[in-house]
Order: sequence, then C-alpha cells, then structure tokens
Amino acid sequence: MLPHLFRQEYARMTAVLCRHFGLKHIEVAEDIASDTFLKASEHWAVHGIPENPGAWLYVVAKNRAKDYLKRVWLHETKIRDQQTDVVQPEVSFEFNRQLLSDSQLAMIFAVCNPVNPDESQVCLALQILCGFSLEEIANAFLAKPETIKKRLYRARTNLRRDNFPIRELSETQVKQRLDTVLRTLYLLFNEGYFSKTSDKQIRMDLCSEATRLTMLMTENPLTNTPQTNALLALMCYQSSRLGARTNERGEPVLFEEQDKSQWDQSLIDRGNYYLVQATNSAVVSRYHLEAGIAYWHTTPTDQNKWHHILQLYNQLLIIEYSPIAALNRTFAFAKVYGKQAALPEAEKLKLENSNYYHELLGYLYADTDSEKAADHYRAAIKLSRSKAEKQVLRRRINALEQGAVPRGR
Amino acid sequence: MKEFALIFRLKDIADFKPTPEQMQERMNWLAGIASQNKLADKGNTLLPFEGSAKTVKPNRVVTDGAYTEIKEFISGYIVVKAESLDEAVEIAQANPIFDQVGGSVEVREVLRRD
Repeated sequence: MLPHLFRQEYARMTAVLCRHFGLKHIEVAEDIASDTFLKASEHWAVHGIPENPGAWLYVVAKNRAKDYLKRVWLHETKIRDQQTDVVQPEVSFEFNRQLLSDSQLAMIFAVCNPVNPDESQVCLALQILCGFSLEEIANAFLAKPETIKKRLYRARTNLRRDNFPIRELSETQVKQRLDTVLRTLYLLFNEGYFSKTSDKQIRMDLCSEATRLTMLMTENPLTNTPQTNALLALMCYQSSRLGARTNERGEPVLFEEQDKSQWDQSLIDRGNYYLVQATNSAVVSRYHLEAGIAYWHTTPTDQNKWHHILQLYNQLLIIEYSPIAALNRTFAFAKVYGKQAALPEAEKLKLENSNYYHELLGYLYADTDSEKAADHYRAAIKLSRSKAEKQVLRRRINALEQGAVPRGR
Repeated sequence: MKEFALIFRLKDIADFKPTPEQMQERMNWLAGIASQNKLADKGNTLLPFEGSAKTVKPNRVVTDGAYTEIKEFISGYIVVKAESLDEAVEIAQANPIFDQVGGSVEVREVLRRD
C-alpha cells in the first residue's frame, strides 16, 4: 500500500506511462509506477529525500520503462521472431507538465467509459485516477475487498478492450464522454459526502479527490464547460460544511444544529466564483440547480431562502427524478407553505421503503399528531442502517412523548 | 404504466402570461407530478402570439394565430405516467390553472407502438 502522499503521484505517473504502452497494457504501466515508488522508499530511507523528488522519480520510471521495452522487444523479435504491438525501445520518454496534465485528463475520460456501470466507474476512478488500494476502496464502500476486486476485474477488461488513447483529447471525445465523466465525478464526490462509512478521513479524501479531478477539467478549454464549473461550485459549497456536519464521534449533525462558524468561508467564496463562471451561457444543467440549492444553504439568514430552494428543487425534478430530490423538495415545500400543506404532497411520494421518507412524515406530523409522528420515526429507525441516525430519531420520539400533543389537533 | 398527454387550452391570449405567483403554483403542480416519478415528458409551452403562430389549412391557406375554429388555443402539453385514465384525470384536476384563469385540459392516452 502506498503512503497517502504517493497516491496522486502514482496515478499521474501511471497515466503518463499509458501514453506509451496504451490502455491495453495498463498493468505494465502500473507495475513500473509501483516499482518506481518502491525503489524510492528504499533509496530515500537510506540516502535521504533528493532535492527534486519528482524529477528523481521520473528518471527512475523512464529507465524502468526503457528496460521493459527492450526486454519485450528482444523477446518478440529475436526469440519469437514476430512483430510486436508494443512501442519500440528508442521511443523518447518525456515528462513535462503539459504531458502530465494531458495524460491525466485523457485518463479521466478513459476511465469514465459508459460501458461500465456507475459503481464500477467510481471504483475505477478511485483506483486508477486517485491511486487508492483495493482495501481503501472496499472501506469507502463498506464492501468486502473480494467484491470490489471482482467489480474492478470486469471493469478493467472493458477498459483494455476500449483502449482509449491517452493523449491530448479531441473535441469529439470530449463531446461523447463529458456527461459520463461529470456524472462519475459527481458520484465520487457523493460517495464521500453521503458515505456509508463513518470514517471521517476516507470521506474527506473522496471529496477532495473528486474536487481535484474536476478542477483539472477547468484547466483545459475543451473541458472547462458551464456544467464542469457548476459541478465544481457544488463541490466547493458542500465541502465548506464537511467539517461541521459530523461531530468528533463521526455522528451526523443536523443542518440547523451545525456550528456555522465552522463553515469554511474560503470554500464558499470559491463556490461563488465557479458558479459565476458556470452561468455565462444559457445552459442549465442539474449541476447548476444543485449548486444553486447548495448556495442558498450557505446563506442561513436569507428570508426567501426556502422559496428559492423550492423553485430549484422543482426544476431539478422536472429534469430528472430521484427519490432523494423528491423528499428534499417536499421538505422545502413544508418550509414555504407549512407542514399541513406539505402532508398530501409527501404522502403521494409513496417511498415506504425509505427511512428518509418516514423521517420526513414524522417531521410533518410532529406538531399535529404526535402518535403518527412517532410511528413514522419508529419505521425510520427500523429501515435506517446508521447507528447515529437511529440515535437522533430516538431522541425525537422521546421529545414527542414528553410534550405529547393529542391526536388530531 | 400507461402514458397520457395533458393538452392545455386557454380561452384568451391575455391569460397566457401568468403572474410570478401563478407561475410558482404551476411549477409546484408540475414538480409535484415529477416528484412522484410520473412525469414522462415535460413537454413544451407553445407561444400563441402574432408572429409566433399560424395555422395551415387545405389548399395551402394560411391563417394568422393559434386559433382553429373556436376562440380557444392550445398553450402547451406535458406527458404523464399513470395506471389509468382516471388517475391521469385526477392529476389534471389538480392543475392550478382552473383557479387562476380557467381553460381546459384534454387528457389523451398515448398510443404505444412496439
């Protein structure tokens, strides 16, 4: 397992090596990259860290790659007397800044292959773009390493078959895959933000990796689209609350109870910047709407806040249905028109298998029918898989029982 | 699940431009359908104004405006998912337009071609 600091450098090196070997031989690139880092950790432990560690690493990688190619070339031509599809050993290995960022960007587009299902793309992104180990990915998904291994195996087979070229992206490639890329980065971020794991470090890592990759997209004119900026704005706004939304025990802290002084104002400012960048065209994507909602959440005192949020959720749902958006929209509806008016809206959603649905109904009934409210909270406890959430709900039932309001009032 | 087109008709062009409040109510209604995952197609709003609408008739006769025979015009449509015609009608009945300006909503099952 690589130390954290090496992860990004390892992923970068793999990408740039894939320029030469092609995705078909991604394992070769990965072997050379991990070999290089192994050698670095051994050598540096004895001789100390060199003056320019980056340059040192790339010299080693370059030599390893050349050795490898020479071996293969000898094997293929002298021993088996066959033409080889691997590059000739004379090829020059350049590692400059431009090549690094082009390769990384192309690698993002290669990994986000619509042939693979969403969750496989997110796993691949973590492994290939972020340098996460199998165990780290399994931890993030609360899954068995074996399950993740199988998922990655299938996905990598498709990746090799596709053999997406790792070089400067063309306009057509960007057009074809940008939606998939943004969606995968969005899911990667959400995996951290709404993670199943309570490990704060993993959650932060996933969010910052997704943000880093999206930021990379804003540095190339072809991928610096309004949607990309909207997604990045959304990530900045959400990240600004990352520290405040769990307590030191890893339990979720409700929005209303968060310590607003813990919100990171510099991230909110960056969110504002990217949101402005996102609105210099007529395009309104789901990322624009979600960034808009996240923006209003950073303004806790604005009088019309919920009014705006409801409108944005309305638009979001009209573009694309999702149960969580439907539930959030109904909550916003209650904030604008009152709990009583929101009840029929909520009951129409028919999401009986969702703990959030029962939590919402519990909240809406709380002032008028405490027995019904408690019933829904109990149903939510049964469905929830989070210990911390169950705790919060039990506290609410207790509060209801103490200040019990008679049924039907 | 079947699909039904809801076709909106208005009686007067003056009714076409809703106030912000009316617009909000209409959006709430539409998003209410969407939040039940029953919106198949958000459809389109069709402009009835001079310069935006003409009607083409037999013998290449072209008349101004969105009117056909009667002084009612189509202002837009959406497509919803529903189990039955009755359910689609129920969705249409909740349209705030009836309290706002009147008009009518025609509910028509979409023919499914396999």
